[in-house]
Amino acid sequence: MALKLYDYTLSGSCYKVRLLLGFLELTYTREQVDFYPGRRHKSLDFLAINPLGQLPVLEDGDLRLRDAQAILCHLANKYDKTGKWLPRDPATFGTVMMWLMFAGGEIMAASAARLHDLLGYDLDIAAARNSAHAAFRILDDHLALREIAGAQWIAGDHPTVADVACYPYVALAGDGGIGHEDYPALRNWLRVFRTIPHFDPMSGIPEFA
Amino acid sequence: MTVTTDAVALGEWVACGWPGKVPVGGHWDTVILGQQVRATRTAADSYEVFTLDRTGTPGRQLPVQSRYCCIFTTLSEPKRPLPEISEFAEPDRRLVNSGCVGVNTSPYRLIENFLDMAHFPFVHTDILGAEEQTEVASYKVEHRKEVDEIWATDCQFFQPAASKAATGGQMTKYVYRIMSPFSIMLYKTVHGDPGRNDAICLFIQPRDETDCLAYMPMALVDAVSTTESMIDFQQTIFLQDRVILENQRPALMPLDLTAEIPTKADVGSVTFRRWLKQSGIWFGTSEKAAA
Ligand SMILES: N[C@@H](CCC(=O)N[C@@H](CS)C(=O)NCC(=O)O)C(=O)O
Ligand SMILES: [Fe+2]
Repeated sequence: MALKLYDYTLSGSCYKVRLLLGFLELTYTREQVDFYPGRRHKSLDFLAINPLGQLPVLEDGDLRLRDAQAILCHLANKYDKTGKWLPRDPATFGTVMMWLMFAGGEIMAASAARLHDLLGYDLDIAAARNSAHAAFRILDDHLALREIAGAQWIAGDHPTVADVACYPYVALAGDGGIGHEDYPALRNWLRVFRTIPHFDPMSGIPEFA
Repeated sequence: MTVTTDAVALGEWVACGWPGKVPVGGHWDTVILGQQVRATRTAADSYEVFTLDRTGTPGRQLPVQSRYCCIFTTLSEPKRPLPEISEFAEPDRRLVNSGCVGVNTSPYRLIENFLDMAHFPFVHTDILGAEEQTEVASYKVEHRKEVDEIWATDCQFFQPAASKAATGGQMTKYVYRIMSPFSIMLYKTVHGDPGRNDAICLFIQPRDETDCLAYMPMALVDAVSTTESMIDFQQTIFLQDRVILENQRPALMPLDLTAEIPTKADVGSVTFRRWLKQSGIWFGTSEKAAA
């Protein structure tokens, strides 16, 4: 097994993968890509690795994968012998997939806001923040119902790839001028997430959520 | 957004981009001190900057200098030249450009944070400081009148990982140098070569009173690390600072020295605030314009 992550430390999408690699205690090598200011992810060399010009990319032997969500599923499927990170039971699997897609979809509006505020990306910041708030409202409502049911995680009674995929851009939202004030269930979930063994924080995540 | 009328602020050089930000022939639009400007790369090493009016029509041409991995311009007659930083000309130095990062606070909050060692153990835990060694030893601060700069010398701090090149903890010696209201730099002991200093700058582009871009060019002695990893080290640290900076209230810098009670380690910041007040600058401060 040789795992190699094309990585940029400040990327929340790369952070998703680093988190799960850590939780699963997997060793890997990092190929640091100068995302900013170098824009190396748009270089011809990198487009040969990922034609979408996006990070992260994971190589596992001869297999090369893009998209953080796909990579999380691959790692859990292949390396998590407990089966907990990617539950296969019919009662949980669909829910995990649903929130996993939500992480790669709706929540990415918070990533856009962050790129605007931090790195000066030219985009409609009001629209990005509005979309992020709408996504946070939906996840907060879900987590509030889970709390009432006595549960802490997005699906099931332990963290899954859905939690890992949703965490970074919710936690980093402040970087894009998006506060957590209106989302009490989200704040509780952010706090319990930090208690997962081998959790590693990232620059931009406030210690006191 | 309107252009500031603060003559002191207008008379400073400010960063507005970096060399190589766009290909030759390309341009970028940005804002300095409330003024919309357009910078154009006219040749490999040549840049022009013009003001833009509300309709986006170019107005007057502004002075430009490309130094220290930054493009500098000014909206008025600069009252001082750009600082001399000889390390950037030393042949074995690695010049590292980390781009710029947006921060919503006053420029002086950025300067003050850069100058402050006390936050290392809490904000940059296990990198620039360790939780069990939080004491800031006393240091000297002076206003060097001939160049109108503030220097803090004899600073030192224990650092678990002082730079990308570090392989263990060290007592790092620091010298800080405030070169203008919008620029500060530090010299710190090179890991493994106590006779030399790494030079790390912070140039601030104030777009508006509490809306800044921060540039952190470095001239390092490090033959080993990759450029990616040196940028990464600096950006990782700066994003830790950014969370703290954006949560400081008020965002505008109070120059009334009773407003925030300084501790002993804050002698640098007290001197800085006093110097700002004496300069007559009010842009980005809680002071109101005299006029
Ligand atoms: N669907 C991708 C999106 C990842 C993504 O947006 N990555 C950013 C860095 S955080 C990127 O590479 N952006 C460059 C681009 O989209 O052009 C994933 O989830 O991995
Ligand atoms: Fe700091």
